[in-house]
Amino acid sequence: MADVLVCIKRVPDSSSQVVLTDDAQAVDGRYAGFTMSPHEECAVELAVQITGATGGEAAVLTLGDAEAVEQLRSALAVGASAATLVETDASKLGPADVAREIASVVRAHEADGTGHDLVLLGNDAADSGDFQVGIRLAYELGRPVVNGAKVVTVEGDTVTAKVDGPEGVETYQVPLPAVVTIREGGVEPRYPSVPGRMKAKKVAIEERTLSAEPSGPKRVKLTLPPPVPSNVQILGEGAAAAPAVVDLFEELGVLR
Amino acid sequence: MILTLVEKDLEGAAVDVSLEALTFAAQLSAEGGGVPVDAVVVDGIGDELRKELAAYGVRHVYVVGGEAVAAYSGAGWASAILSVREQSKAVVVMAAGTDRGNELMAHVAARAGVAMAANVLTFHGLAPFTVTRQVVGGAALEEMTLDQRPAVFTVAGHAVEARAAETPGPADVVEVSPEIAAKDLVARVVSVDQVESDESGGLKSAKVVVGAGRGAGGPDGFKDILELTDLLGAALGVSRVVTAAGWRPHHEQVGQTGSRISPDLYIPCGISGAIQHWAGCSSAKHILAINTDPEAPMVTRATYAVIGDLHEVVPAINEEIRRRRS
Repeated sequence: MADVLVCIKRVPDSSSQVVLTDDAQAVDGRYAGFTMSPHEECAVELAVQITGATGGEAAVLTLGDAEAVEQLRSALAVGASAATLVETDASKLGPADVAREIASVVRAHEADGTGHDLVLLGNDAADSGDFQVGIRLAYELGRPVVNGAKVVTVEGDTVTAKVDGPEGVETYQVPLPAVVTIREGGVEPRYPSVPGRMKAKKVAIEERTLSAEPSGPKRVKLTLPPPVPSNVQILGEGAAAAPAVVDLFEELGVLR
Repeated sequence: MILTLVEKDLEGAAVDVSLEALTFAAQLSAEGGGVPVDAVVVDGIGDELRKELAAYGVRHVYVVGGEAVAAYSGAGWASAILSVREQSKAVVVMAAGTDRGNELMAHVAARAGVAMAANVLTFHGLAPFTVTRQVVGGAALEEMTLDQRPAVFTVAGHAVEARAAETPGPADVVEVSPEIAAKDLVARVVSVDQVESDESGGLKSAKVVVGAGRGAGGPDGFKDILELTDLLGAALGVSRVVTAAGWRPHHEQVGQTGSRISPDLYIPCGISGAIQHWAGCSSAKHILAINTDPEAPMVTRATYAVIGDLHEVVPAINEEIRRRRS
């Protein structure tokens, strides 16, 4: 039996234009809408599969504002059974703060008898892109960490993780308790069922506050890259453009 | 001193982005009044690589050896890099912003108790040391201070163009086999399966990539695109919409959560160019967009475009290629 905690983050949807907040400290998602980081959707799916196979519990955790409950509920709707919100302004936390807060929740749950054998996180958040929270968490907890796994299975006290490495698919086998960060692509996140959504609405969300004063990100400010003026050369419209396209292929030397 | 991790490819040569990182290190060195640049290479170095590092102005090459680093482990390799850092007295530890580079620098920073900046594009001033890095897949930039020592960061792909140094360095090899604690080897690669990785390996290194997005219309909408891919000897890359809908497998995905490509020519067909996708294809040298919407971001950012439905344009291109060949 393996109990799994998935750490998720409410991030602005990456399918639209980026707008910054007035204080230039965060991406303003008010117009684009919010979602869970794509890597984490896969982490939730893996957690549901692992707990389904081993008979454990899948829990989710987020650090964010009260609205981040929406992302917790979407994880509950696909099979997680418990959720924790540490209510805070996530833009005021640096990666080391986030790791420390997650560790604090993991220890508190351990003390309550609801500990987590395996903690899953996304490989990197779709907004802040720090690429380090899972690794810092592993050091906080004194656990081994596998980074960027696409496939994760648990058998007994051993977690097997597969990572697309520079030389091929790498296999790791580490003892529980452990931390694994997930990259999208190894599993397909399931869609929530209607009963799943109904059930998710009824789950009581555990609410916590920060365990320590954050040291903060070392961010001075965010900026948007200067707009690149469009220099596109239109080769034509519809099928009639084909000769111009093949001329271009010849010019670029890509026709073999 | 500036310590730069150099990653090797399967043939033992430096990967391009590591050469870019060395070029970035040389710029930093020049700004700092000629602080030496050292390199760290794990598990062996060939003569060709040593010569290349010399051309890039490297002073010492620390070559980490020993059984403990023969298989990859994030914690074990980071522990070795930190031992080298002690020896070289480095105030900067950096790597290319590859998966492995980001992972190792995160371990190094966590162990040293300092911050880490991923995917840095530029630096401004040394006191305090301030960098600008890519966030939101490159759609926004973050200015960040790295005021602790060592300053730990990775350099985003194509942030600088790799360029050999004006004055070559000696690239003296210093062999080291640091002691690595057993606990740092718990999460260690136990086997590597080389078969599956070829699937996206071709995409990442392809000179021509044909892309397909929502405009393909469904799982059966790829016939003409695959034919064009074949005619050009290109690789197929798709948007997240396509893999999320299950039309094509994930290993073909180009984007923030897929492969990052840098071909000479990218031909996105029916792809609007959302941030998620642009993050993976912005390094293409030329982009030829085929799209019904002249206002789509992919079209306005492209070098060339054809306005039209890919299901009409692509077969006409295929026909024209066949006609000229016959």
